[in-house]
Amino acid sequence: MFKSLAHTARLELTESIRARWFLVYSLVFGAVMVLLLASGLTDSRVMGFTGLSRTLTTYIQICMAILPIFILITMVRSVAGDREAGVLEYMLALPVSLGAWYWGKLLGRYVTVFLPVFLAVVVAVAWAGVRGFDVPWMEFLFSTALLVSLTWCFLGIGMLISTIAKTSDVAQGAAFTVWLVLLLFLDLILLGAMVREQMSSEVVVTIALLNPMQVFRTASMLVFDPELILMGPAAHVILDALGRTGFLIFGFVYPLVFGTLSAVTGFVLFRRGDLQ
Amino acid sequence: MIEFAKVSKTFQRRAVLDDISLSFNKGARVALVGSNGAGKTTLIRCLLGEYVCQGRVSVDGVDPRQDRQGVLARIGFVPQLPPPLKIPVGELINYAASLCCSDPLRMEQVATQLGLDMKVIRTQPFVKLSGGQKQKLLIGIALGRDSDILVMDEPAANLDPQSRKIFFNLLSERSPDTVMLMSSHRIDEVAALVNRVVELDRGKVVLDDHVADTVDPSAVQACSLHLSRPEDALAKTLSAWGFASSDQGLVWSGTVAGPDRLRFFAMMSRYAGLVSGLELK
Repeated sequence: MFKSLAHTARLELTESIRARWFLVYSLVFGAVMVLLLASGLTDSRVMGFTGLSRTLTTYIQICMAILPIFILITMVRSVAGDREAGVLEYMLALPVSLGAWYWGKLLGRYVTVFLPVFLAVVVAVAWAGVRGFDVPWMEFLFSTALLVSLTWCFLGIGMLISTIAKTSDVAQGAAFTVWLVLLLFLDLILLGAMVREQMSSEVVVTIALLNPMQVFRTASMLVFDPELILMGPAAHVILDALGRTGFLIFGFVYPLVFGTLSAVTGFVLFRRGDLQ
Repeated sequence: MIEFAKVSKTFQRRAVLDDISLSFNKGARVALVGSNGAGKTTLIRCLLGEYVCQGRVSVDGVDPRQDRQGVLARIGFVPQLPPPLKIPVGELINYAASLCCSDPLRMEQVATQLGLDMKVIRTQPFVKLSGGQKQKLLIGIALGRDSDILVMDEPAANLDPQSRKIFFNLLSERSPDTVMLMSSHRIDEVAALVNRVVELDRGKVVLDDHVADTVDPSAVQACSLHLSRPEDALAKTLSAWGFASSDQGLVWSGTVAGPDRLRFFAMMSRYAGLVSGLELK
């Protein structure tokens, strides 16, 4: 089982790295970080690059905006696209268990998707080191952990959509809708409006806590800004209820659980139905 | 060995397989024929455990949906349409060999026998190969491993006559107990390879007959051909079959693989008006 899983993960990794989307994906995240470092959008716009904290904050916020949709759009083509192209018919006629194939594919894709995002952060850390600035290691570790969690969450959602959808076009439409709904339920957009309409705070906070994008956003800001000055109204209520440490743990664990549940649901449905 | 008992499969209320009952014992070499949409590929996918169906599909009593690895470890499969994989050929072979507990070199040897230059294509993406190369590689993967069931969907459709000859030889080298299930929409493609023909039409078995062909799959027959006049198109076709000409293109000689006779005659029928003599022995 584990041998087959490792072989499948390796195959998925090789296949993904050769795909055109991976090149675009890597270039986007690399370019974002290079631009952030070069434009001095760091501790001070006037003084240029004077430290890493704000670079990481900005990078994390950009990740929140583009990482989920990138993952969803590329991931949903995975099973649905393979099914359409006849790849599943052949690959699943080889003696590999469905578990090894499904989770191996997810694992391989995870490495492919996470690596460019992480390497961009590593480049920033290296740059700070070269320039002789202190590296905020705790912030670096927390940010990385949150990115690990966010990536897994959307890979799981992507795999679920890909498993359910009959065609890759349907899968892409569904992925975009999911992303849009989660985006609309961010603190500062729809939740802000809901607060203005005087909905009960419990409902607003529950929605904020259920939205993995909102959870990531709040937690990532909390890493750099313990007072959450920049955040919307729901975040303050959440922070009051859970505290900083509590919310950082929640911010890491919840998207992981969300992604895992999505992926497991996808696997159960995949195993139960027609594979091709 | 393989049993389909009252197997039915519907897609959006359309019956693609309708109460199919078939059983294939050791050594069965079955041609699964029928027009497009007859249900051949669906039946194969049920055997591979890729479809949920009504009724029962089993290999030595084991349901391929319940014990996928156990059943699929026994089946060498060649699909009709090669998958558009971007991975290099070498990676694909290593992956398949590792899952099948086989030696990648063994698969490469079969592919080489079929005419592939593995040194050249090993690093190329599979999807970039020509149709014939893909077919040869997939046959190499299916035959370069231990299996007592071969399931092949139009296996020789993209092969040139020389490669088909080698392919027939490779099949004849398999254990006589091996079950071969070959799907084709043309009986002449596979007739000489099989000892049983099952024809499907709109999801039902309309013919289940045994074939008495004594030609050994590895047999090769010498052929000489006399033409009334030279003809460029025929010359090109005969050259592709490995024939050599003499007497200014009026006399051709070569060999035809035993199982390829029907196909050869079908090809020659297009030039019947030019043939003044034909000997096959």
